Amino acid sequence: MDNRFDVELISVTKRYGTTLAVDAISLRIPRGTYCCLLGPSGCGKTTTLRMIAGHEAVSDGDILIHGENVSDLPPIKRGTAMMFQSYALFPHMSCLDNVAFSLKMRGVAKKERHGRAREYLALVHMADYADRLPGQLSGGQQQRIALARALINRPRVLLLDEPLSALDPFLRVKVREELKRLQRELGITFIHVTHSQDEAMALADLMVVMQDGHIRQSAPPREVFERPISPFIARFIGSHNVLRAPHGQIAVRADRCRLGVANDGPHVNGQVIAVEYQGAMVRVAMKTDAGDEVSALVPDQTFYRQPAEPGDLATLVWSEQDTHALMQV
Amino acid sequence: MTARISEKRPWTFYVLGTLFGVYLLFLYGPMFVIYVLSFQGPNGGVTFPMVGTSVVWFKEVFQPGQMADIPVSFSRSIALATVVSCLTVIISVAAGLGFRRRFPGSAVLFYLAVASLVMPSLLVGFGIGLGFQFLGWQPSLFTSALGAQLTWTLPFGLFAMFAVVNRFNRAWEEAATDLGASPWQRLRYVTIPILLPGIIGVAMGAFTLSYDEYARTTLTIGPKNTLPLEIYALISSATSPTLFAIGTLTTGVSFLAIFIALLLVLRMQRRRALIKAA
Repeated sequence: MDNRFDVELISVTKRYGTTLAVDAISLRIPRGTYCCLLGPSGCGKTTTLRMIAGHEAVSDGDILIHGENVSDLPPIKRGTAMMFQSYALFPHMSCLDNVAFSLKMRGVAKKERHGRAREYLALVHMADYADRLPGQLSGGQQQRIALARALINRPRVLLLDEPLSALDPFLRVKVREELKRLQRELGITFIHVTHSQDEAMALADLMVVMQDGHIRQSAPPREVFERPISPFIARFIGSHNVLRAPHGQIAVRADRCRLGVANDGPHVNGQVIAVEYQGAMVRVAMKTDAGDEVSALVPDQTFYRQPAEPGDLATLVWSEQDTHALMQV
Repeated sequence: MTARISEKRPWTFYVLGTLFGVYLLFLYGPMFVIYVLSFQGPNGGVTFPMVGTSVVWFKEVFQPGQMADIPVSFSRSIALATVVSCLTVIISVAAGLGFRRRFPGSAVLFYLAVASLVMPSLLVGFGIGLGFQFLGWQPSLFTSALGAQLTWTLPFGLFAMFAVVNRFNRAWEEAATDLGASPWQRLRYVTIPILLPGIIGVAMGAFTLSYDEYARTTLTIGPKNTLPLEIYALISSATSPTLFAIGTLTTGVSFLAIFIALLLVLRMQRRRALIKAA
């Protein structure tokens, strides 16, 4: 039995009637990986997660967890646990009963299941809230309860459906640190669906970018950022300019571009359309003479030495070694 | 200085306020008169003035008279309303859950189910009565009358359950499944408890609809009357303050029911508060 992978998808397909939501995707997720499924809405990432969880039947293909084909097993037999987008805590039960729910379903006696539930509440630092109802907790606290409830079954794979989208931006950064810490401590695979490339880059060991039901690129975040394979990926992960070149399209990182004067090196002429101050960097958006939108991320010091304003004519320059050819997908 | 928005209420407020006052008087005035007149003295009639006060008409209610047997018809009404209420809850909860998913023919089925709300109730009763006669069956309380009342309470229950189920997050059920609950456990521990306030509403609504139903019941009841039919018979045959006493008593019963329901809700809330405090 090949157990080097926690999760394997083998040309997994999902059809709704005649529409293809997920088109024969294959993916291998090694042991103890933080995997982010990333893509714009409607790309099939949530459907993929729900198929792995067993809440959506697979139309074609197979899903393996720890080498075992689980395509036809109910969720509880797969060794997965899911944390839902809105957390889906049971509103009529105390936090303790929420966390102990799966033990109760298995017929574990009250004393034992409450003891175990308290351990998991402590794991997520919510021990003091055991007797509260979910409605009395903040979004971040509800999320911890949901996490404890999902972890109490000791899943081999934890599935998270946009777990941070209901939180405010400050909390989001804090909670994602905690998710990563927890994943390291538990050593199990997390599969995390998100549409935010920041989130994916901050968390993922393996970043899987999806579009139109296909996996477009799956690699560590740094590789995806440095070598996006297609114009779609380059644009979707952001901070990239997609430019025309004699042999097709190329990508160059916005922070490797600057405003300057045309010389022998690669450059493009255009007009500044927006200037955004971002703190350490200033983003200068331009429209090229060919009508493409490009931008340069310039360190603030550099920018203010020679500031530009919307309406100015400018030239975007970069060096050849920073360009990267794109495939048409 | 610019003109400020006036802090005084516009004249329309007083017009509409008066209209509302008149409406309240129209709604509660007659009922109030009935409550007062039910304590009419033994020699008094069905109108003012009061000739002394007594509870003799209340005693009358509980004595099986020649014209009407109020206690027996009351218990019949309660029994029927209880059965109607239970059936309505079971069927409309199941249907409400089922209709969450669109299936082939679901729209047609839905319109078929609710069409009886717009059918003239007397005709529905007439049709059922006629059908029983045609088949040679004896109409009675728990056959034809029960069926006739269900044609009224089931569409109501279905509509009410749609509103309740609409606010039900499917992720709760998926979470239960994800945590290993069997379909039965899911229903028992998650779906029903979360829907419970709505279910109680449907039960009470169906109970009330059945309890004072007249038009559909009158042609399907057979020889033994429910309370509304008995009261109607009483009105058309003889008029005495007994009718008012019945009115006062039924109002009392209704208030008692509401009071009990409130107590239950309060107890549920207190239990939740205890969970919180513990």
